[in-house]
Amino acid sequence: MEIYDGEFISELESIARRVRAHAVKMIYQAGSGHPGGSLSAVDILVALYFHLMKHDPKRPDWPERDRFVLSKGHGAPALYAVLAEAGYFPVDELWSLRKMGSRLQGHPCMRKTPGVEMSTGSLGHGLAAGNGMALAAKLDRKLYRIFVICGDGEMDVGETWEAAMLASHHKLDNVTLYIDRNKLQLDGPTEKIMSLEPLGDKWKAFGWHVIEINGHSLKEIIKATNEARSIKGRPTAIICHTIKGKGVSYMEGSLHFHGKAPSDEEYRQAMEELGVSEE
Amino acid sequence: MTWKWESQRKQYGRALVELGKERNDIVVLDADLSSSTRTADFASAFPERFFNCGVAEQNMIDTAAGLAASGKTVFASTFAVFGTGRCYDQIRQSVAYPKLNIKIVASHAGITVGGDGASHQIIEDLALMRVLPNMSVIVPVDSNETYKAVKTVASNKNPVYVRIGRADVPTVTDKDSPFDLDKASIMRTGDDVTLIGCGIMVSKCLEAAEELAKHGIDARVINLHTIKPLDEKIIVKAARETGAVVTAEEHSVMMGMGSAVAMCLVENFHVPMKRVGIPDVFGESGGCDELMERYGLTMENIVEAAHDVLKRKK
Ligand SMILES: Cc1ncc(C[n+]2csc(CCOP(=O)(O)OP(=O)(O)O)c2C)c(N)n1
Ligand SMILES: [Mg+2]
Repeated sequence: MEIYDGEFISELESIARRVRAHAVKMIYQAGSGHPGGSLSAVDILVALYFHLMKHDPKRPDWPERDRFVLSKGHGAPALYAVLAEAGYFPVDELWSLRKMGSRLQGHPCMRKTPGVEMSTGSLGHGLAAGNGMALAAKLDRKLYRIFVICGDGEMDVGETWEAAMLASHHKLDNVTLYIDRNKLQLDGPTEKIMSLEPLGDKWKAFGWHVIEINGHSLKEIIKATNEARSIKGRPTAIICHTIKGKGVSYMEGSLHFHGKAPSDEEYRQAMEELGVSEE
Repeated sequence: MTWKWESQRKQYGRALVELGKERNDIVVLDADLSSSTRTADFASAFPERFFNCGVAEQNMIDTAAGLAASGKTVFASTFAVFGTGRCYDQIRQSVAYPKLNIKIVASHAGITVGGDGASHQIIEDLALMRVLPNMSVIVPVDSNETYKAVKTVASNKNPVYVRIGRADVPTVTDKDSPFDLDKASIMRTGDDVTLIGCGIMVSKCLEAAEELAKHGIDARVINLHTIKPLDEKIIVKAARETGAVVTAEEHSVMMGMGSAVAMCLVENFHVPMKRVGIPDVFGESGGCDELMERYGLTMENIVEAAHDVLKRKK
């Protein structure tokens, strides 16, 4: 199977590197945004849009497409960069992020950006919205699947657990949730602000199939997602252990870069580290 | 005046079941109050298209968003106090902003909730809903109009808030009187003063008009069933022709229907005006009539307000 094909994986990895560079550049040019949580989710997004999801960038409203919801809407730069790389709109449009008149709003807007399935930004809504899509798929006897990424900070939100209950109650095996477990939220480490562990046990107790992986390993993301696809009668949560700011040394594990654009010097260094000389 | 009192909720339930038969894109959600809101009627007719989200209103609204984004026409119901305030962010972010095809039909609005008291008597839901861009706001006047409003909003693809009550309300319209979202209805003609009501207060306006007639005052009565978009034309015309306006609503006077009318008149045509409604206070437990009296929602309150604006007229 292709997931063990080293060449294929390294192709995805180079897309991920490009996406990271785009995201940092977008935030740099906008002068604001959330690099940390964008970068931690890149590999999951790349695996989804370049391998796992059934979708067609030329037909964003194709009824049979798989749906993706970025519940942690502040990760928008990563999503936009992946959508552009996939062909939903030109890569050049990425630099309009957060600018007046842009289709790329600071947080995802389903009415403005092709490929965006749900408007998000206020945390904790995405899983419930994904469940709604999953219920619609079941009603319509459609086979499309729903993929949702939540931040670990979103585990604080009561509605996340309301949605967790609804998904298992309705046996929504067409829902796959990726928890971007980068261990940081806005104010500090999750275990210091509002401890989440044992997180896997919590999801299990809510009736979910739970898998824990390295969220930067494309191979593991693909393998876990395929496992989720084979699980019948319950939804799957994939706890993706990640590093906030992954790919840019001084952003990795940094609280500072949760929601701050890099300076000129920092930007140059980031581009260098990502192997993009003066993108 | 003697009225026939009928349930709005029952007509909501009936309209939903009919819609369910006519169209299979209709999906209904509730938050553990289906027997009260009467979505239970739909639930038993179409169990596969009904989802009870439990006591989780926020979850209900976002689930509705996902369903609507996938092509469904979604009705979401609970008590008005929980269906607006408890999930305001969800409505703002996931219903109004993306302009999704979701109809929030909320029952038990206003102080006529009665015994449950202030915790359940929402008097600010119209205020919360009408400030949301893309959101329409409807207050059906009676059971007939509830049925028509539900059928009507199902045919557009926009977010709508429909407010209905717990208690039976006076039937002031006929089964076949026209209902048009864009047009308020004139319930009584008259040129001395205009009484604009919504919901249960329309019947009180009609009673007040009878009373005023005894003193030779001809009151025009308007049923302003749609607070947003506001039928400014009919309001301005009435102000121009009668020169004095009284509004009456079972809602806080702070930012409800009367405020919408006042803002419209301030910008378009100044006339003496008075708002009858719940003052800026919370309600309390009590019987419907007692509460209506205690909080200034009687026919007499409207008559008094009419005399007041008439005095200030010219
Ligand atoms: C309801 C809500 N409250 C607060 C915020 C502000 N906010 C933006 S990001 C964030 C922290 C999110 O942490 P996490 O989900 O772990 O995201 P990540 O670490 O992946 O960036 C907060 C509190 C928000 N967007 N929504
Ligand atoms: Mg985090």
